[in-house]
Amino acid sequence: MSDIKKIKDDYIDKLNKENNVDKVNNIKSELFGKNGIISNEFKKLGSISVEERKKLASDLNKVKDELQNKISIKIQEIETKEINLKLEKEKIDVTLPERDIKIGKIHPVSQVIDEISSIFSEIGFSVEEGPDVENEYNNFTALNTPDNHPARDMHDTFYLDNNKELLLRTHTSPVQVRTMLKGKPPFKIIAPGRTYRSDSDQTHAPMFHQVEGLHIDKNINMGHLKGCLNYFIKEFFEVDKIKMRFRPSHFPFTEPSAEVDIGYEIKNGKIVIGEGDKWLEILGCGMVHPNVLKNVKVNPSKYQGYAFGIGIDRLGMLKYGINDLRAFFETDYRWLSHFGFDPLDVPSNYRGLSR
Amino acid sequence: MKFTVDWLKNHLDTKFNNNQIIDKLTNIGLEVESFESSTSELDTFIVAKIINAKTHPNADRLKLCDVDIGSDKTIEVVCGAPNAKNGLLTVYAPPGSIIPKNQMKLSVSKIRGVTSYGMLCSEAELLLSNQSDGIIELKNNKYANKIGEKYFKNTSEKVIDLSITPNRPDCLGVRGIARDLSAAGAGTLKINKKSNLKYRGNQNINVTIKKEKAQGCTIFGSCLIKGVTNKESPKWLKDKILSLGQKPISAIVDITNYVMFDLNRPLHAYDADKIDNEVIVRSSSKGESFEALDNKKYILENDMCVISDRSGVLGLGGIIGGTRSGTEYSTKNILLESAYFLPRSIRKTSKQLNIDTDAKFRFERGIDPLSIEEGLIKASELIKQICGGEISNLDVKKIDNYKKTIINFDPFLFEKTTGFNVENKELIKILEKLGFDISKNKKILNLVVPSWRPDITQSIDIVEEIVRIKGYEHINTSEPIKTRLKPTLNYYQKLFHFLQRSVASKGYLETVTWSFTDSKINQLFKENDEEIPIVNPISSDLNVLRNSIFPNLLFYLKKNLDRGFKDISLFEIGPAFKGKNPGDQLTVIGAVRAGKVSRLSWNDKERIVDTFDVKKDVIQSLCEAGIDKDDIVIDDKTPSYYHPGKSGGVYQNKNEKNALAYFGEIHPNIIKKLDIKTEGLVIFEICLDYIKDSKQKMKDLKSEYKFSDFQKSERDFAFIINKNFKSQELVNIIKSVDDKLIKSVRVFDVFEGENIPEGKKSIAVNVTIQSEEKTLNENDLEDINKLIISSVESKSGAKIRS
Repeated sequence: MSDIKKIKDDYIDKLNKENNVDKVNNIKSELFGKNGIISNEFKKLGSISVEERKKLASDLNKVKDELQNKISIKIQEIETKEINLKLEKEKIDVTLPERDIKIGKIHPVSQVIDEISSIFSEIGFSVEEGPDVENEYNNFTALNTPDNHPARDMHDTFYLDNNKELLLRTHTSPVQVRTMLKGKPPFKIIAPGRTYRSDSDQTHAPMFHQVEGLHIDKNINMGHLKGCLNYFIKEFFEVDKIKMRFRPSHFPFTEPSAEVDIGYEIKNGKIVIGEGDKWLEILGCGMVHPNVLKNVKVNPSKYQGYAFGIGIDRLGMLKYGINDLRAFFETDYRWLSHFGFDPLDVPSNYRGLSR
Repeated sequence: MKFTVDWLKNHLDTKFNNNQIIDKLTNIGLEVESFESSTSELDTFIVAKIINAKTHPNADRLKLCDVDIGSDKTIEVVCGAPNAKNGLLTVYAPPGSIIPKNQMKLSVSKIRGVTSYGMLCSEAELLLSNQSDGIIELKNNKYANKIGEKYFKNTSEKVIDLSITPNRPDCLGVRGIARDLSAAGAGTLKINKKSNLKYRGNQNINVTIKKEKAQGCTIFGSCLIKGVTNKESPKWLKDKILSLGQKPISAIVDITNYVMFDLNRPLHAYDADKIDNEVIVRSSSKGESFEALDNKKYILENDMCVISDRSGVLGLGGIIGGTRSGTEYSTKNILLESAYFLPRSIRKTSKQLNIDTDAKFRFERGIDPLSIEEGLIKASELIKQICGGEISNLDVKKIDNYKKTIINFDPFLFEKTTGFNVENKELIKILEKLGFDISKNKKILNLVVPSWRPDITQSIDIVEEIVRIKGYEHINTSEPIKTRLKPTLNYYQKLFHFLQRSVASKGYLETVTWSFTDSKINQLFKENDEEIPIVNPISSDLNVLRNSIFPNLLFYLKKNLDRGFKDISLFEIGPAFKGKNPGDQLTVIGAVRAGKVSRLSWNDKERIVDTFDVKKDVIQSLCEAGIDKDDIVIDDKTPSYYHPGKSGGVYQNKNEKNALAYFGEIHPNIIKKLDIKTEGLVIFEICLDYIKDSKQKMKDLKSEYKFSDFQKSERDFAFIINKNFKSQELVNIIKSVDDKLIKSVRVFDVFEGENIPEGKKSIAVNVTIQSEEKTLNENDLEDINKLIISSVESKSGAKIRS
């Protein structure tokens, strides 16, 4: 027994001093390997008396357990120590910059178009498009603006031929014509897009954006027009209340026609939409003129409805506090980064129009 | 259209105050642009006091005056007037003022060696009288405490400026505005006084309106006024003219202008003695010319409506008169014209000659054809009153009779259109006040449209009249009808949306540039497309429609590089034009990337952006938009603006005709031509129209979920192959060996040079092999390996590298 105890004590002592996992493993096989010291002790059990055997076996098992336990604790101890040491060495400065983030942006005009489309989608409008190059008929004549009409002077038109047959559309209204010519009523569409007029100064650009709206059905009246636009403006500016004024005006393709003003005030140098005693004109609208309906083969005694045209750039400027229209189209990297929107910020009803 | 409230009250009895009038005007569709004192050139003239007048050192007849103009310091003015003396109150014109008499603009000038800051004015210089002997002497009691104030201030009443829509010629006269206001309950329209003008003799200058196809005149009314004394207008008339922002000229001219703005009835006064025998209203012949009252000589085309005499053209009817027959202060006898010209003819002629006058503006929109006599009478009366003279009988020649417009109006249309109801009684009252003659036929109203309203031709026009006068505030606000007729977006609109945001999410800033561009840049990118010039471009460097998005994108890229940005990613989604007809356009994304990746990074190696950066961006964007990556085929044929060796085309399928995208480096020649200075520049473009609508929706697209749990094996191969052999083909050959077992093929090394024969390259691929039925044993794998090697070697001429 004393032999075994001595072995045990010696090895416990040895293990206590050891700091290397490999060496601990060597000790393990020295003790418990095929010809290990403890293993050999167990082999001896066969050659001794039954009584002695019982005692010795019990002692041996105790020693075995103790040593094995010691070994595994020792290995764990060493490993923990090693990891801690490694961790200490591996400390990095996490305040160093990350790899470059490239942040892309959506242009405010695109964002506003998506906002507008989302709002009108909620009340059942679908999106139509038309070409940027139009013929004279769709842009003017079909819209009840014959050649000798002074209303044509209100549009400074870019022409593509000397006969003035082909032009860049001066408004999105020709999409009304195209939509109605190719389909059958009812119609309920919006048509956002590029429009062109040949003037250029601080507040006018030779290219700008409009959204056309058209709702034709059997009993659509001016009350629906008012309701639709009231809904749109409130949703767009994300306000609970909006001060709005419908004012008689004239467009050849609608009758009666109206211009719509919204109330605003200047607070701390910023424009606040919806309140105040100043008026800002934001769109033109009216009941589609029977002559237009006739031109697109819709029977005006059966069908009627409204149309409107809104300046998209202008709405964006108002909502997002952009002062200069020309800057929209100048591709200044700083401006695009500043006023652009995150591509994941998709305007929608359920998530909210804007963040 | 400008006028004062006083003027309005000549026609309207009203208890409304100014603000109520302003609001009412806007509410009935006569939009008030502004309501303020007219700024005139006369605003600069100031009441001043001569503090000290001494003799000019170099000229005995001139004086050097210290003038108090109400500011801290006195001003030194050189003055030649004998009456300039100490303490005199007079009118001072500072430098920059325009002297009414000669229209000269004052500047600081040296007079006989002494600098004079402005001028002291005589009555003649201000057109107040003919008095030119000395400077104005203002009365002490009235002006002593007004030094520094505007001299003309008292005369300018606040002016209302209306923006009149083109359908309302009747409101280009004050009376028409008063009529609208009266209909809207803002007062009562005053009844015109019956004229008790006495006529003497006949208008004995013969007038003929020639019956010609292109004749632009249908009625020509006139009268002779003999023995007038033309002169300056009296103050009340001058004030009216000034309030319009115009300059008084002479009584006769001012009167014709006054009547035009009062009744919307343009008139023209000729010096009757300068008319050669007779007046002929006819169409012009090409090459005829005349000198107009704007002092320009006009050379006419065929078929312009001219007023002529035996010597030639006197003036352009309804547009502008000529100098030959113009009235002057010396004019004794006047022929007064009041005519009707066809809007179409006026518009055509004025456009061709590029003339814009107040008369043209009115005739173009439509003048009341029944106002011929009214205009002649009103103007003759005023001329007689101010200039004296005898008025002949009125002579009215016509080649066409005015036809009344009659509308049978069903009041139900009003409610049907506006959504609210107005009692018949009120509706009739509104129309009557607007000048309609009304008779009732059961429910239908038979309406005779007033002759001054050429814009009213059908029932809907009547609805508009009633609703605008009643007020738009009466229209109800109905809840929006939410019924949907079809989905909001179609496939291509969704694609637009996805791709736009997908490209932006790769770090590109979206921009919007003009649809037009500079032809010089455009031609570098137009390939075989036709150039589409704009006839009237806004500027010579925006003179064609863009055939591609890149001309603008590169132009602005350069601008941003010049601003000092180095690493730039920009894109635009929009039209590229392929022809000049409607619809000859494609929706395209153009994107540019310049500079470096990982610039100034502490941990990554800097590198210049390259073709495979944009290839990743374009392929990933396409996949995100729903295109199956396995379908995509790459080709190396690209448009000529790409670097021929470092660019590729992307096809949705092997046999597609049109590439749906291109990517790569830009051709070095173009970079040189555009003088773009950057370390690296790569671009890509996607043509949305060439992407095929799969018609399959997401709910159909998701195939059955299958996967294999049997063991996967990976094997690497390296082949020596011709340098120009495309890796894509090699991958396809390997895949086709057994597309069930070969799950993926990945190129992980491409190498040329040392140990590789000239004209060859080494490509290393990693092949993943997995069965869906069993775990493959060594023999199975060995078989596939052999098959891969033999297929590649036989189909590509490659050799396995051992």
